Amino acid sequence: MLSLTFLIILLPLVGFAIQVLFGRRMGDPVAGIVATCFIGGSFVVGVGTFFDLLTIHAPVRTFTQNLWTWIPVGSLQVHVRLLVDPLSMTMVLFVTGVSMLIHLYSIGYMRGDRDFPKFFLYLNLFVASMLILVLGSNMLITFVGWEGVGACSYWLVSFWFTRDSAASAGKKAFLYNRIGDVGFLLAIFLVFERVHSLEYSTIFAHVDRIGAANSTAVCLLLLLAVTGKSAQIPLFPWLADAMEGPTPVSALIHAATMVTAGVYLLSRFSPLLHASGAASLTIACVGAATAFVGATIACAQQDIKKVLAYSTISQLGYMVLAVGSGAYEAAIFLMLAHAFYKGLLFLGAGSVIHGLHDEQDLKRMGNLRRYMPITFITFAVAWLSLAAVPPLSGFWAKSDVLDNTWAAHPALWVVGIVTAGLTAYYISRLTGLAFFGSDRWSDEVPVDAVTDMPDAHHADGAIPEPHESPRVMTLPLWILAVLAAFAGLLALSDNHFSLANWIDPVFGSNLYQGHLSLSTQWTLGVVDSLVAVTGVAVAVALWTKKAQRPLLEGQFLRDSWKINQLYDAVFGRPSQRLAALSARFVEPKVIDGGVNGLATLVKRTGSTLRRTQTGYVRNYALAIVLGAMLVLAFMLTRMWWG
Amino acid sequence: MTHAPFPFLTVLILLPAAGAVVVALVPSGRTPKWTHEIIGAAVALATLGLAVAIAVEFTVGDGRYQMVSNHIWANTLGIHWSLGIDGISLFLVLLTTLLFPLVMLGARVRRDPRSYMAWLLVMEAACLGSFVSLDLVFFFLFFELTLVPAYFVIAGWGFARRGYAAVKFFIYTFTGSAFLLVGILAVAFIHQSQTGVLTFELTSLMHTHLSGTEGVLLFLAFTAAFAVKAPIFPFHTWSPDAYAEAPTAGAVLLAGVMAKLGTYGIVRFDLNLFPQATRTLAPWLLTLAVIGILYGALVACAQRDLKRLLAYSSLAQIGFIVLGTFALDSQGLTGGVLQMVNHGLIIATLFIVVGWIYERRGTWQLTSLRGMQRPAPVMAGIFTVAMMASIGLPGLNGFVGEFLVLIGTFRTHRWWGIAATLGVIIAAVYLLWAYQQSFQNEPTPEDQKTRDVNWSEKLVIAPLIVLIVAVGVFPKPVLDRITPSVDRLIAHVDTATHIHPRSTRGYGAVPAVDRGGPAAPRLTASSGSKTAREPHRPTNPGGAP
Repeated sequence: MLSLTFLIILLPLVGFAIQVLFGRRMGDPVAGIVATCFIGGSFVVGVGTFFDLLTIHAPVRTFTQNLWTWIPVGSLQVHVRLLVDPLSMTMVLFVTGVSMLIHLYSIGYMRGDRDFPKFFLYLNLFVASMLILVLGSNMLITFVGWEGVGACSYWLVSFWFTRDSAASAGKKAFLYNRIGDVGFLLAIFLVFERVHSLEYSTIFAHVDRIGAANSTAVCLLLLLAVTGKSAQIPLFPWLADAMEGPTPVSALIHAATMVTAGVYLLSRFSPLLHASGAASLTIACVGAATAFVGATIACAQQDIKKVLAYSTISQLGYMVLAVGSGAYEAAIFLMLAHAFYKGLLFLGAGSVIHGLHDEQDLKRMGNLRRYMPITFITFAVAWLSLAAVPPLSGFWAKSDVLDNTWAAHPALWVVGIVTAGLTAYYISRLTGLAFFGSDRWSDEVPVDAVTDMPDAHHADGAIPEPHESPRVMTLPLWILAVLAAFAGLLALSDNHFSLANWIDPVFGSNLYQGHLSLSTQWTLGVVDSLVAVTGVAVAVALWTKKAQRPLLEGQFLRDSWKINQLYDAVFGRPSQRLAALSARFVEPKVIDGGVNGLATLVKRTGSTLRRTQTGYVRNYALAIVLGAMLVLAFMLTRMWWG
Repeated sequence: MTHAPFPFLTVLILLPAAGAVVVALVPSGRTPKWTHEIIGAAVALATLGLAVAIAVEFTVGDGRYQMVSNHIWANTLGIHWSLGIDGISLFLVLLTTLLFPLVMLGARVRRDPRSYMAWLLVMEAACLGSFVSLDLVFFFLFFELTLVPAYFVIAGWGFARRGYAAVKFFIYTFTGSAFLLVGILAVAFIHQSQTGVLTFELTSLMHTHLSGTEGVLLFLAFTAAFAVKAPIFPFHTWSPDAYAEAPTAGAVLLAGVMAKLGTYGIVRFDLNLFPQATRTLAPWLLTLAVIGILYGALVACAQRDLKRLLAYSSLAQIGFIVLGTFALDSQGLTGGVLQMVNHGLIIATLFIVVGWIYERRGTWQLTSLRGMQRPAPVMAGIFTVAMMASIGLPGLNGFVGEFLVLIGTFRTHRWWGIAATLGVIIAAVYLLWAYQQSFQNEPTPEDQKTRDVNWSEKLVIAPLIVLIVAVGVFPKPVLDRITPSVDRLIAHVDTATHIHPRSTRGYGAVPAVDRGGPAAPRLTASSGSKTAREPHRPTNPGGAP
């Protein structure tokens, strides 16, 4: 099956091409079923490849497949080449698996949308791009996927393009990512200049040629790229706006897969990170800060999807923190667990939104556990998993990250554990508001008169009784719930099949070797559990009965630390003014003005010179004589000097 | 140089020229009114077929001029009918021969199709002549000849302010060309004074020995014409007027083909004739290119007029081409040449879509368009593909060229490379904004009536979209033909400026050691004693980072 690796990418691409050509003819729901089948095929090939890969002896467990030469110019030879190793294999399996479930869910969720086939067209293209990203064997192929997922994210966020907010959100997502992409491109240039190759194997074999300073530069440039794609400080604001997209998109792209691409990228560059302590520390700090800021904002949001969006930002912060602490396996583990439980949370939220006829305001939900039992049960698994209550997957994954942080940067561990408490709190607040309390959705008037929710996500008047979602939507919920509950098994150490054991050959000696004694591990585990349970308990006490506690929802947090206002004041408006100045003053007055001024000058000179055309022969003769004298003088000087 | 048994290049120029004559001679009274369009398009398609045959005959891996025709035209004046094609001009010829039939079929006019078709064919012959001429006099004649049909197409079939735009375009570019003429004569006479032979052939003149000042002055004279034509900042102000007021065909051809005459001229003539001056002045040109990239994008951000927005986006794109050219390394220059073709494909697609929008809505003002994606999804999709290619999305053609330009520039002129990379961000701003304004949001009832593209329109645009994707996914056939010629040119520049070819193997850390200077053997061979030459400056091979 290894020789069929290219099929993993090709199948979603074929699905995309079929949707482009025949999507509108197939319509609703055939287009969705066809799209899902292609992703399913990709998943099957992925599983086959996985078993084939297992037959290779662990220390050399890699396989590369050369497809064609892409950009051959002199010393720059870029090939379209795929790299299968435990890291990319892990990504392939979870990307195709989760994508398949979310495709399936979307068939139900997007039912009746007038652009139903187009949705699956983009979704298939997204999966193909994501797979290119993780399977690329050199920086440029990874970049192809990196940009591809960004473009798909743009199209899917602005999927409901007739809404101005959706169109703007898509654009915002693209532009923030674009800023990060500059970092990626410059990193590529710098690496190429030093190593004359972009292949990962060559780069990492010649880390010494890159040099310490340049290694740090490359890592920091990649970090810039990651802050864009994985929504870290300072480029995180786009992710909250991206919630304008359909909820399956939020689940797939803005929670489970695309946003974790940054973590994958940094893990891929572990040899370089290992060579640069400064870069690692910077990465860890960015991750910890993002985790904390994201969690605080999530505590005060009113839109169910916004809570989850900031939660995602915060969780991605944890992953980046893990990478910065040298704990790549912990980062990948959290990425997997997060994909399951956060995907599930989003799909559950989608089910709620669907059931409530497009209501997203938490303050207008309530008591939904009575009306949507399956959604509630599965959501509860994800809730407690994100809160990191043992023994669910979130607990193991987060403990793994926090333990490593404790060993590497104890100060950042404090930030991490505080954030863990906040995490348990905000997700329990969300659950309390949505599934417990009274039937607020039946109220005639919006409960919260001063709401900052955009109208689009706000139903007026009473909402009809909520209904459970169809089976095509609940089936993926069940599967993800099982995965979210038991993914912790992957972490059982000393197990031959553990994630750590499997992925270890990729990182090898680059892994941070912080050995914690067993007693320390136990202590930290108990602290983690206590914090999680406390956070849950506090939120349940506060938010299951009452929906309004303005004291706990400060405006500063509701406005996401005023970050959008800040960027607008510092970058947005000044650059608009600069553009306007260029277009309305510099261009017409200075540059074109210069040209027109020259034209006027020529015209005036012309009319002046016209007076010399007197028509008198004597005047012309005089001019000829004067000219001849000038020429003579010139020639004389030349002789003199020459 | 390889000579061909069949005079491909001569026929390539004469075919559309003859077509123009035929179209002009067929009377319009008695024949059906589409006769001229049929003849014109047929001639243009035949020319395209010939260009494809040339591409098939073209020897891959040979960087020299191929299919050379060389006939003495005026012996006493040293003027030769000297034609040749290499990897640098091959794809520009293909681009030209592709875009002409497409606009003839896809951007038809109601008024006087006879003159329209005749002028377009004259323009095609002139453009092709410019791209394959290896004699400076003929190059100049063709280069100038493009102005006449372009002027008449703008002035005859343009929009409201067409008169102003056409005159501005003509005078501006004509002024630039005056410098070019002086420069050509000066080079030829200097060459004559050194060798006793008066010739205008590029292959001979490129070995002319010029002092530093002479080289710089002549470089500036040539570049003045090319910078206006391209256009390069700050010589661009004719272009927004000309593009906006020209009919669709005019805009497509001005931006897609004629702009390339400028950048091509720089690559072909500046680098070959004035290698020393090219290297000396490279930082200045790079700076103008970077300003063009950033300033063009910035001004584009503030446009409310879709055609003017595209004009400024072109300014930025041309900036990338110039940047790659003056990076003076294999990747940069190859990327620059590729980007000429890419930009031609992309801007042609965008202007054709704008033409469709105008046909349907009578405007291309972004303020009066909304939500057209709802009634016209296919048109929106075509615009999206071209937009993404222009932004530089990998998998589409724009990325390959842009990437090569940037990586080449980064290696030889790091800070210019970094500044230009920042331009990548702004490029996304204005195009996405324009798309949002015109295609997204809730359509008004009037927008709702916008007709989507029909089959014939799809047929016209399909080749462009296919090429945009194909070059993005599999550029190897293109690059394999461009690179050998580019490498020859770079080697010429390096030799003339005493820089040994950069090592393509190994790890850059090894500086190219001066091996005693076998470079530029002709430098002292025949020069008379009275022309003082610059002394050999000690080379600084490590100077290139």
